[in-house]
Amino acid sequence: MIDLSHIEKIYDSAAGPVHALKDISLHINKGEIYGIIGLSGAGKSTLVRCINLLERPTKGTVTIEGKNITAMNNSELREARKGIGMIFQHFNLLSTSTVFDNIAFPLQLSNTPKDAINSRVTELLDMVGLSDKADQYPSQLSGGQKQRVGIARALASNPHILLCDEATSALDPQTTKSILQLIKDINRKLKLTVVVITHEMQVIKEICDKVAVIDKGVIAEQGDVLDVFITPQQPITKDFISVLLSNELPVDFRNIEIKDEPFEDSILLMRLTFIGETANDPIISSLVKKYDVSADLFFGSLDDIKGAPFGRLIIGLDGSQDDIHSAMDYLREQKVKMEVIGYVSRHASSHH
Amino acid sequence: MSADMLPLITKALGETVYMVAVSMIISSLLGIPLGVLLHTTSKGQILECLPINRVVGAIVNAIRSIPFIILMVAIIPLTRLIVGSAIGTTAAMVPLVLASVPFIGRQVETSLREIPYGIVEAAQSMGATPLQIIRKVFLPEAMPNIVAQLTTVIISLIGESAMAGAIGGGGLGDLAIRYGYQRFRPDIMIATVIVLIIMVQIVQFAGNKLAKHLDKR
Repeated sequence: MIDLSHIEKIYDSAAGPVHALKDISLHINKGEIYGIIGLSGAGKSTLVRCINLLERPTKGTVTIEGKNITAMNNSELREARKGIGMIFQHFNLLSTSTVFDNIAFPLQLSNTPKDAINSRVTELLDMVGLSDKADQYPSQLSGGQKQRVGIARALASNPHILLCDEATSALDPQTTKSILQLIKDINRKLKLTVVVITHEMQVIKEICDKVAVIDKGVIAEQGDVLDVFITPQQPITKDFISVLLSNELPVDFRNIEIKDEPFEDSILLMRLTFIGETANDPIISSLVKKYDVSADLFFGSLDDIKGAPFGRLIIGLDGSQDDIHSAMDYLREQKVKMEVIGYVSRHASSHH
Repeated sequence: MSADMLPLITKALGETVYMVAVSMIISSLLGIPLGVLLHTTSKGQILECLPINRVVGAIVNAIRSIPFIILMVAIIPLTRLIVGSAIGTTAAMVPLVLASVPFIGRQVETSLREIPYGIVEAAQSMGATPLQIIRKVFLPEAMPNIVAQLTTVIISLIGESAMAGAIGGGGLGDLAIRYGYQRFRPDIMIATVIVLIIMVQIVQFAGNKLAKHLDKR
């Protein structure tokens, strides 16, 4: 659907050339919500602008639905852009036009007949839930409503692709949720391919199928959102995830010694991650029934990533070394991601 | 107050309004596109073309640096070429237009520069041509500001038209000089000044109203 191949972007600046994007290749499938996450200055906005050539890459090709748009002339490119909607962090609405005229704008550009514009805009207003705001001006709307207008405008010419450039970054958490929900709905309903640029892992977790982590102009890591969440490879990815999923130990264990080897009265502390179906299985209780170990629960959380349950536990296993090892083998068989923290004193946690 | 004053002032007012109105219309028709050209050919803009931008910018600056009274005299040959004579109300409009066009150009350029580039980018992302961006984004979005600035231009045209009047253009300035000053008629002088003050007030009031009406921000 969208293929970026060996994209390079070099800017000239007063301080010499700036290498904003370095050899970036991405493949985005039809109907996917693809997230690109990075810190500010990582190059993510430049990257998304390379998809509709608002920024022309210095090197590399952009292929959309089989057509190499980097080779197009200006008028072919303008036609191609009509199939790619885009929404922005600061909405970029026309301040002197009403909501209705803002949404009608792309249709007017292609000289759509008035009747067709009226019915299409009415339909879009209904879709984004702003039917009663048609005659208002953007300055009379809240941030979330402005972004809804932005979305309606981007969808007016029936694009196959929607590019979202930090679309929720100027919104409060509540509004962010409702806008993300709207994007998810239109992705499903219209079979739209969506590219989401963000600096917030929350956004990725909420709606994306795939994610690419961009750092200093390079793709540090990419893959299915679930995989990246569970087994992040790069430090930058771990940083992003740690905002959502803290890797800190419970308070009781922060200031005590954690040893690699068992000692007198020690328990084995481990972190377990359950994904999808396994998150609902009673693994810990069967573990305790099957083996002669006891399991103390120190921390637990249940979250979801794009609808898939995602559970995390910190448990302390107590028992003989043999039993502990067989219990660990059992856990491995259950497709539970297991991370051993170390041995701590049984008495460290006063209330257990 | 004497009996001859009213017809004198009415005639002079008519000439001033004619000079200002016609010069203003012609200047806007030339100045607004000039402002669009200055902005869109500047760095990073939709029609970036620095050589054109620099040459046009330099010409604009050059004309704007000439005091109106000197410009008026210096272009007498040009005026004669265009209207066939260097004196009269119509002839006075040539220097008025020449002085106002670069002024409007710069003013419009400033208004356009205030439009966030994001809006232009949004239009580009929808496949707008540069001409569509100018007509449907730049001009409507800048219109409240442009109206406010054109109001200022009209007011300075009223002042310049008085100067042009002094070299045979007629109008209120001419009346004030010839009767009020040279024939020692302070009543005419004062009446002329009052009419000018009222005119400027009306223009400013109307301009503010219109700009406010257009501004939806």
